Amino acid sequence: MPLELILQYVFSGLVYGSIYAAVAIGFNIIYNATGIINFAQGEFAMLGGMTASTLAGLVPLWLAVTAAVALTAASGAAIERIFLRRVARAGVLKMIVATIGLSILIRETALLAWGESVRTLPFFSGNEVSSLSFLGAHFSPQVFWVAGSTALIMAGLTAFFKFTLMGKAMRGCSANRDGASICGIDPGRMVTIAFGMSAGIGALAGCVVAPLTQTHYAIGAELAIKGFTVAAFGGLGNSVAAVIAGLALGMLESFSTAFVPEAYKDVVTLCVLLALLFAKPTGLFGSRAASMKEY
Amino acid sequence: MRIRSIAKPAVLCAVVLSCLSPAYAADPIKIGAIFGVTGPAAYLGAPEDRTARMVVDGINKGGGILGRQVELIVKDSGASSEKAISFAKQLIEEENVVAIIGPTTSGESMAIKDVCEKAGIPLISCASAETIVDPVAKYVFKVPQKDNYIVEWLYRTMNKLGIAKIGVIASNTGFGNGGKAQLEKYASKYGITIAISEVYDSNATDLTALLAKVNAAGVQAVVNWSIEPAQSIVAKNMRQLKMTAQLFQSHGFANIKYVQAAGEAAEGIIFPCGRLIVAGELPDSNPQKKLLAKYNADYEALYNEEASTFGGHAYDALSILKAAIESAGSTDPDKIVRAIENLRNFSGTAGIFNFSPADHNGLLMDSIVMVTVKKGKFTLYRGN
Amino acid sequence: MAGLKRYLPVLACALCAFLAPPLLAATKTAYLLTQLTMSAYYALASLGLCALMGYAGQISLGQAGFFAIGGYASSFISKVDLSPFASGGFVKFLGFSGLLVRGADAYGKAVLSISPWVACLCAVLLAAGIAAFIGTPVLRLKGHYLAMATLGFGIIIERIVRGTQGLGGADGLSGVPPLPILPGLAVTGERAARAANFTIAWLVLALGLLALVNLVGSRAGRALRALRDGEEAAGATGIDTSRYKLNVFVIGAVYAAVAGVLLTHYNGSIGPGEANFAKSVRYVAIVAVGGMANLSGTLVAGLVLNFLSLRGVFGRFDDAVFGIILVLVMVFAPAGKERGLQVFRRRKGAGG
Repeated sequence: MPLELILQYVFSGLVYGSIYAAVAIGFNIIYNATGIINFAQGEFAMLGGMTASTLAGLVPLWLAVTAAVALTAASGAAIERIFLRRVARAGVLKMIVATIGLSILIRETALLAWGESVRTLPFFSGNEVSSLSFLGAHFSPQVFWVAGSTALIMAGLTAFFKFTLMGKAMRGCSANRDGASICGIDPGRMVTIAFGMSAGIGALAGCVVAPLTQTHYAIGAELAIKGFTVAAFGGLGNSVAAVIAGLALGMLESFSTAFVPEAYKDVVTLCVLLALLFAKPTGLFGSRAASMKEY
Repeated sequence: MRIRSIAKPAVLCAVVLSCLSPAYAADPIKIGAIFGVTGPAAYLGAPEDRTARMVVDGINKGGGILGRQVELIVKDSGASSEKAISFAKQLIEEENVVAIIGPTTSGESMAIKDVCEKAGIPLISCASAETIVDPVAKYVFKVPQKDNYIVEWLYRTMNKLGIAKIGVIASNTGFGNGGKAQLEKYASKYGITIAISEVYDSNATDLTALLAKVNAAGVQAVVNWSIEPAQSIVAKNMRQLKMTAQLFQSHGFANIKYVQAAGEAAEGIIFPCGRLIVAGELPDSNPQKKLLAKYNADYEALYNEEASTFGGHAYDALSILKAAIESAGSTDPDKIVRAIENLRNFSGTAGIFNFSPADHNGLLMDSIVMVTVKKGKFTLYRGN
Repeated sequence: MAGLKRYLPVLACALCAFLAPPLLAATKTAYLLTQLTMSAYYALASLGLCALMGYAGQISLGQAGFFAIGGYASSFISKVDLSPFASGGFVKFLGFSGLLVRGADAYGKAVLSISPWVACLCAVLLAAGIAAFIGTPVLRLKGHYLAMATLGFGIIIERIVRGTQGLGGADGLSGVPPLPILPGLAVTGERAARAANFTIAWLVLALGLLALVNLVGSRAGRALRALRDGEEAAGATGIDTSRYKLNVFVIGAVYAAVAGVLLTHYNGSIGPGEANFAKSVRYVAIVAVGGMANLSGTLVAGLVLNFLSLRGVFGRFDDAVFGIILVLVMVFAPAGKERGLQVFRRRKGAGG
């Protein structure tokens, strides 16, 4: 295989992988705060892209994206307050089921609000036909934005959890809820903030990739499944592992194009993932403690 | 528009009235429709649904069919075959419809083909699979053009452009696989070599990996056969990969939204389709021009979006049904079927229909023209 | 006497099987039989999931996968034309054992196919086999990872049936022959056989329910509940948890496969949509609404929700309704609808 082709697959993999990683990071934030796997995570990405595409006609692009992220973050927090507060103590099964129901509701509301048409966002730099080259491989400048924003999210989160008071409070909460509340941290507030952050991150991922992949009301489910796959693969709760796993999955999907009929691409990647899960039931970098997290 | 919820009291009143005054033929004609308004085929089913409602409204305002109002009963199957079967049986046995139009997808059409045939109720499908009308079932018709004609138009154009080596990519749907099969079947007849032929997931959001693989095979043109928004993504990805190959699409591209989504990358795409989207460029003598212009104008006025050929299928199905009922002078299924089979030179959005007992599709090669995109608009392709 | 109350749902199903058709015919609503029959099969698949999720406490987001395996395998095997191989030894052997059927396809060409009964059996065995094969590693996973693995399984099946042209690809398989049960009685969608098929479906449902009611009331059932409520503790009391989990997983798969086979022959076709995630979610929703560990609740929820959905009552909001139900049930009765939707209340202390 010529070098250009390999590099081309790498860039494709980078795009897929960064999106999956961003969604997975969102999963992990909520998981760490509450022990819930939030299937609605994919819908947040969809909401971000759709909201931005509506606003992009009215205000400058950067404002549209920022507003979309903020609005989606607020919705995420609101959803937690209204719906998921009550489900938190009902057990893993019920929580998964509730968030699946939520994701369906959000999707159908989006269908009502925006219709079934496909929408796009203007490219952040350049346009639909812009192309950059590197050693014979060509890609859209948007790829930089995608990879860049995932890196930014990672860096921002690391800084947040390590250096800010709220970040440390959230970490305390996830490590030991009762202990944290004894110290004066309000676990409920932490959970709401976690949902807001998660939704915002999902929205940003959705916006940044919308120019490339286009967005419509039904993209959330697929993203959620891939994001969940990646989060589980890396080990639930471990965001760095999610990024690694996301990129790995992206590359796997991209390179399998060379060898496997595209229609079976998902079969191959899922089989690999499942094989890995069977070998290490708590994910690549996960721990027993994380897998047993019950609140 | 007759909404289902007011149908019963309305019919009741009509029955009472008809008892009082036998001159009123107030019994509505029930026509069933199964569309995938929501779900994975929504971009097909939703325009079909909107068009159908608009057409029935128009028919009713004009006095209905045979003096009777039309009641359209639309069922949203979400492109699911088991629902299509359930709704087909419901429409036939409970609602006693005169005929069924739709479904949107080939899978659903094949699932209810037997049901309608055995029940003896005419079915006019808006889906494209050949197997819907081949083998011919007495009561089953379809309105989209035949895939092989589309393919032959594509290949003829390629011959004119001197293109001999192509790559084929198709989405993993009935539509995509059907087109791919026809492309492979007719390639040698036109001296075309298909260097690489691949199927991709219909939900694919990025096709750079696949297109890179196609490009590496050294092709002069790429034919993309799909009906999903992925068509726009293919166009964008090809330009981002700096591919110089000419992009041909299928008639699934005949929706201005796909051009808008692809932006500048849509310039120069060539594809075959019906005359609906280039109606403005047709000479006034063209028999389809008037109805195409009217459909375009009405649809845009009512729904604030440009008409697409997908909605056009519903338009054709309903107009054919109306013409058949009027020509037969009755709603008896056998008479309707015979009337459809006798339709000649019937202008529809997809082309001029000429049905016969052996041909339940009625469209030939001349129903198709080659179209390209210039400055973000569809225009007739007149060669380089 | 105490135990007999739990058989009431079974009895109700069996009675409906025979009484409903004439009743509906008398009120001129016989057209409802189609949706009632289809709902019964979907309810059967949901019952299998109820045993797995409610009683054994293992989540499965891939139940639709087993449904599809049953339906597709049975369609494929009963449709495959063996005429080109008619001189081969295997085909001769099949013919000798009376397992072959001669007929004509839609083009009028003579075809030699395998008896639908054999196809049905093979399909169910295949589903059971696959469940047994993947069950062992999958069930070692816990909580969200188990959900992930079952979800992955469902998707794999859906991609395979959607991507394989031999299985009809995206259009699915149609023209599936009827499944003969007795001379003159077959599982088919023909209008003349509507009432008989309704009876068949509801009897199968009653039988399935009977088997599960017995399972739940037996020692095995108690072991399962112990397992659900605390796996380590159950293991400590000597229950072979892996074996129990695997067995229930296979049972759940078999229920789904049988439902898949019968519904496919009833409809005469199957599409890849039967294997998708949305369908698996519906099965989970039905079990959840029914009350997780509540067989009669699942039965009622399965019948009612599917019936309404198949009649198009929800219109464009079909998916939305399931979503709303899921959210409402989980949010407003999270601590267990076990008591809520119970149609037939059990006496306290009779093993809940």
